[in-house]
Amino acid sequence: MATQNTRTLARLMMAPSVVVLLIWMAVPLAMTLYYSFQNYNLLTPQNVSFAGFFNYQYFYTDPAFFQSIWNTLLLVLGVLAITVIGGTAIALLIDQPIFGQGIVRILVISPFFVMPPVAALIWKNMIMHPGYGVFADIAKFFGVQPIDWFAQYPLFSVIIIVAWQWLPFATLILLTALQSLDSEQREAAEMDGANFFNRFIYLTIPHLSRAVTVVILIQTIFLLGIYAEILVTTNGGPGYASTNLTFLIYRTARLGYDVGGGAAGGIIAVVLANIVAIFLMRAVGKNLDK
Amino acid sequence: MTLKTFLLGACSALAFVATTASAETLTIATVNNGDMVRMQGLTAEFTKANPDIQVNWVTLEENVLRERVTTDIAANGGQYDIVTIGNYEVPIWAKQNWLLPLDGLGDKYDMDDLLPAIRGGLSVDSKLYAAPFYGESAMIMYRKDLFEKAGLKMPESPTWEFIADAAKKITDRGNDVSGMCLRGKAGWGENMAFVSALNNSFGGRWFDENWKPQFDQPEWKASLQFYADLMKDSGPSGASSNGFNENLTLFQQGKCGMWIDATVAASFVSNPKDSKVADKVGYAIFPTKEGVANHGNWLWSWNLAVPASSQKAEAAQKFISWATSKEYTTLVAAKEGWANVPPGTRTSLYKNADYQKAAAFAAPTLAAMDAADITKPTIKPVPYTGGQFVAIPEFQALGTTVGQLFSAVIAGQSTVDDALAAAQATATRDMTRAGYIK
Amino acid sequence: MARSVTTGAKIGWSIAAWVVALLIFFPILYAVITSLKTEQEAIAGFSLIPSGTFENYITVQTQRDYFKPFMNSVILSVGSTILALIIAIPSAWAMAFAPTKRTKDILMWMLSTKMMPSVAVLLPIFIIFRTFGLLDSRVGLTIMLTLINLPIVVWMLYTYFREIPGEILEAARMDGASLWKEIVYVLTPMAIPGIASTLLLNIILAWNEAFWTIQLTTTNAAPLTAFIASFSSPQGLFWAKLSAASTMAIAPILILGWFSQKQLVRGLTFGAVK
Repeated sequence: MATQNTRTLARLMMAPSVVVLLIWMAVPLAMTLYYSFQNYNLLTPQNVSFAGFFNYQYFYTDPAFFQSIWNTLLLVLGVLAITVIGGTAIALLIDQPIFGQGIVRILVISPFFVMPPVAALIWKNMIMHPGYGVFADIAKFFGVQPIDWFAQYPLFSVIIIVAWQWLPFATLILLTALQSLDSEQREAAEMDGANFFNRFIYLTIPHLSRAVTVVILIQTIFLLGIYAEILVTTNGGPGYASTNLTFLIYRTARLGYDVGGGAAGGIIAVVLANIVAIFLMRAVGKNLDK
Repeated sequence: MTLKTFLLGACSALAFVATTASAETLTIATVNNGDMVRMQGLTAEFTKANPDIQVNWVTLEENVLRERVTTDIAANGGQYDIVTIGNYEVPIWAKQNWLLPLDGLGDKYDMDDLLPAIRGGLSVDSKLYAAPFYGESAMIMYRKDLFEKAGLKMPESPTWEFIADAAKKITDRGNDVSGMCLRGKAGWGENMAFVSALNNSFGGRWFDENWKPQFDQPEWKASLQFYADLMKDSGPSGASSNGFNENLTLFQQGKCGMWIDATVAASFVSNPKDSKVADKVGYAIFPTKEGVANHGNWLWSWNLAVPASSQKAEAAQKFISWATSKEYTTLVAAKEGWANVPPGTRTSLYKNADYQKAAAFAAPTLAAMDAADITKPTIKPVPYTGGQFVAIPEFQALGTTVGQLFSAVIAGQSTVDDALAAAQATATRDMTRAGYIK
Repeated sequence: MARSVTTGAKIGWSIAAWVVALLIFFPILYAVITSLKTEQEAIAGFSLIPSGTFENYITVQTQRDYFKPFMNSVILSVGSTILALIIAIPSAWAMAFAPTKRTKDILMWMLSTKMMPSVAVLLPIFIIFRTFGLLDSRVGLTIMLTLINLPIVVWMLYTYFREIPGEILEAARMDGASLWKEIVYVLTPMAIPGIASTLLLNIILAWNEAFWTIQLTTTNAAPLTAFIASFSSPQGLFWAKLSAASTMAIAPILILGWFSQKQLVRGLTFGAVK
């Protein structure tokens, strides 16, 4: 169906978004690359000089560097695990015939509408606070010592908060997929005497694999860039326990006003993110080509 | 087409900036602390007297404000006419010529009335680059009732040894009372403010004369160990996430026997509207270590300054002069009571009988501020100024990193020795990169 | 529902679903409740019954006007989404109906533009904005938000358009419909649900964007994210006031989301359905 004519037209139609995104990618990237080879601290602008690869060397020898990469992976994987498993469970649950399905669905997707800093502030001050949080109140009710979440399980606490924010997204996509599962197919399976468990394994899971792929892909891109929640709750600590790569760049670029170091960190992050993306496409991308 | 929109937009935005310029609208960036919010509420009084000046407020949380303002000033964004900055920034920025000297505050301003320690910290080459809005040192706030019950008496000048002992005695875990609340949350302006002052009072220092970090010295080991033990024996749960605000809340709820922090907290803990223990608070000077005559030298002020990029310097100075004047103090006193006036900037306030009567913390605050000398923060010689901070640009990042390491000690996830070794390594690294260590 | 369900099972499922839903919604609910408490009550321990004071809302409104940041949030999120749709619809359409070998790569590349950490490019962007006089302007921020969300918009539309069966187009073409007619009468009606949910999702994403909207604004263009940043941790008790400010900031988008959740769900497939 693609004649020469339509092909040209298609190119023209794609041009605006491609050009805009190309500029949007190229200009900041070029500037960041440039800065990453400069000794440039925002607070001492008179001392700008060529740095060679020193900024890169400086960034990856940061004592927190390897832990921050590890934390980044844990954060992404932790949130993905919770949202995919939890999202599937919740999607299955609200796909059942229940009273007030509409309201239940509304309640479940609500966290998606909360701004990330607000979410972090609510969780930190009202839910997880060891003195006044709801969790502490529950612990006190049972006579247990309240958990000091951000000191004892800093990264896990951040994972919980971020997972709460992204759970609705996963649930929504999985729910849409679930609802598209042919009801005839489902009934046929039911007639065959397949129980819930078997139906889930042989019918639902294969059907959901595509949706799960999408959830993983989109969320990973957002999750790699998480730092506001960390800044609000733990400031990367205690130690480097909740410092991820983005937070490390934040610390270098925004607290140290080290433009060169921050830029080098940014380039390193982009390279690593692309490696993750390629890996991801290899692993799950086949699900998309159907 | 998009590019055209882009350029069109750019032009219209430029035009917009140009029109507002002629109307003399001041854009003021400030932190969301109570005293500043009050000033914002009283703006009408200023614009009534100066009908040709309009005021736009940008109120932000401290950390966000600092980031925003620093980027704007350093990258020449030119968006602000007045910025609220700490005495940490003022000398650094003044030396970069990012601030205009305040020479147009008017004859009535009475600059000599400013507290000498504060004024000194805001001047470079004896020119004032920022006007203090409120100032603070640090002191002990303690519960007189708990001390009495335990048979303790706060000495005139307490030592850390006494404080640690007293904290243990008044800790009552059953009733959820911790003997001592201190900052533990990582950050150069959070736990490191306290720990740096503590270390000063132990005779330690951040750097020697050659900018070599001193975390491998016995003073740091002693002070950090003391801090860790004190928090373990008498601190509240979750101490490693507590900053100024969290401790304030704890104290107001009657959950702290003692709290050592900024003097400005005194007006909050003695305010019966917010504090359950308002009538039971006593004050004492920042402790010293036995044999070391140093009270930590904590000194902070929030100040108003005019960025060099401002086109409305004259109007801006007019506003600063108003907001930091004696008349402003009187205005706040008339509207909100003497206990609520911004403290810690002018000698005359502490001589005012009304203020002394309304604020029991006036005398201890003044004593704490008089005891602070940021040019000589510790016993040994240092190449920097600053009491609870080091006034170099690199300190924010370094202080926060070290703060993370130390908060891990308080959280029980790292030992004192490990944290100090890591701090020494990271500080050496940062200082070498910045060119201090050749 | 074609399935036969016993009432007992339905009650069981309902209880389970409601418990889960309330747990997930609880933090938001608790923030709203806290906003109606006094500061003293807010830290006094667990309680679901506030004294019902509106004092916090009044305090928040007197300290900082809500209306202007609210309007900015509306303008920025709606404006950037519409701009993104205008740019994205043609290209998504082209990718869906005239795919080439490289279509998938282009899509992935578009998504990959989101991988640069914002904190690392802040200074370059700040300098560009300063140079073009775009700091603190709605135009500048609208462009910014458009660019940030464009990849997601293209992706969503592409996956939705792809579901539209090609045979329908063939049939229309057979009937001699021009390309224009094909778009207006055949494609648009079928694409509306996808466009609607893309629109909604991106308004939400733009509304919640809390880095650039704070870093690049001062007063004129500052939206509700900056409004929140002025209440986040002042000295003294602030939890009830923060809750009030948070409620004010998220209420509009929450209500929009609630009313439009059907549309949101219908098109939110990201190609997940086949």
